Amino acid sequence: MMPYFKFGFFSVDFSLVVAFVIGIGFGFSLERGGFGNARILAAQFYFYNMRVLKVMFTAIVTAMLGLFYFSWIGWLDMSLVYATDTYLLPQIVGGLLLGIGFVIGGYCPGTSVVSMSTGRTDGLIYVLGMLFGIFVFGEVFPLLEGFYNSTYMGRVLLPQYFGVSFGMVVFLVVFMALGAFAAGEWAEKKFAKKGRIAE
Amino acid sequence: MVSLTRFFSKKEKLAEGKTFEPKPYSNPYLVGVGLGLVLLAAYLIMGRGLGASGAASTLVAVTVSKASPEHAAKNNFYKEYLGDENTNPLKDWLVFEVLGVAVGGFLSGTFAHRIKRTTEKGPNVSIKTRLIYAFVGGAIMGFGAKLARGCTSGQALTGGAILNLGSWAFMLAVFGGGYIAAYFIRREWL
Repeated sequence: MMPYFKFGFFSVDFSLVVAFVIGIGFGFSLERGGFGNARILAAQFYFYNMRVLKVMFTAIVTAMLGLFYFSWIGWLDMSLVYATDTYLLPQIVGGLLLGIGFVIGGYCPGTSVVSMSTGRTDGLIYVLGMLFGIFVFGEVFPLLEGFYNSTYMGRVLLPQYFGVSFGMVVFLVVFMALGAFAAGEWAEKKFAKKGRIAE
Repeated sequence: MVSLTRFFSKKEKLAEGKTFEPKPYSNPYLVGVGLGLVLLAAYLIMGRGLGASGAASTLVAVTVSKASPEHAAKNNFYKEYLGDENTNPLKDWLVFEVLGVAVGGFLSGTFAHRIKRTTEKGPNVSIKTRLIYAFVGGAIMGFGAKLARGCTSGQALTGGAILNLGSWAFMLAVFGGGYIAAYFIRREWL
């Protein structure tokens, strides 16, 4: 039965080895995708290189189909898979801030680690900025705690929220992703004309 | 290495030189499938997805607690990352995962000859300006990620694949915020 860790197949200490190996796969993929380079990431927001959208949605669709398949054949207990509880408003406000920080800083937390480890100075400075931002958040946390814990909804997944089956949402997300890929390819052609680097 | 090159003909030397040029980035859809399989493996083996900002939070909480244990102990945010006194907070799943991210990125960059001491920026800004933006952007993102309980890895990617409501709302907000801000700071990149 999966997830293996939840069924006691190995110890907490060994899970750290798993973490390191999975991290290597994660970092390797990010670098392959060009996400250690802020220009590629920022290009997403000017439509001339849509790699962020393509990689992210392909990854989401791949993992989602895998989760769906393994739970459908009964190997995976989805209720044991961790999903963060939804706090709608703080997540939307945090997301907006994150988007703004993404364009200004050129990275997100995971990609900045890859950028730093492949020698980019801006990646290193970004990481320092991120640590500072988290420190500021920690210091003002007592003031924010009320908002941070507001609009609590518990563990809500889309199928249950919309009252439709898991398979139906999976189908709709795949459909949406294909549409997004088509739009992305179209945008790249349209916006590349302005003579920008499309690496 | 230098003595070895003598054994190659001129043509081969050129070809050898070429292989040290940075290789182009891989096909995004293939990378997406690879990343998706890594995420799926995390789910099937561990029952949890990927993350990044959580490791940074642990690092900040540990630093604050080293500097002033009483101050950290009074704060619910730091306390969450420090855990109880019996375990070392740095012995954390995300901390080890992020160490792996650094190593994996370095390996991939090495194989493709993309390791380079440089600063990525648009053609119209100085390096100093770009680095200031990197720090400010990083700070905004660090703050936002904590408010949202996760970043692009922990919320958008991980929560996206498991169809988490909050993560999808978060993801739309990230793209919304990004596209709005992009117009105002276009000079940094274009």
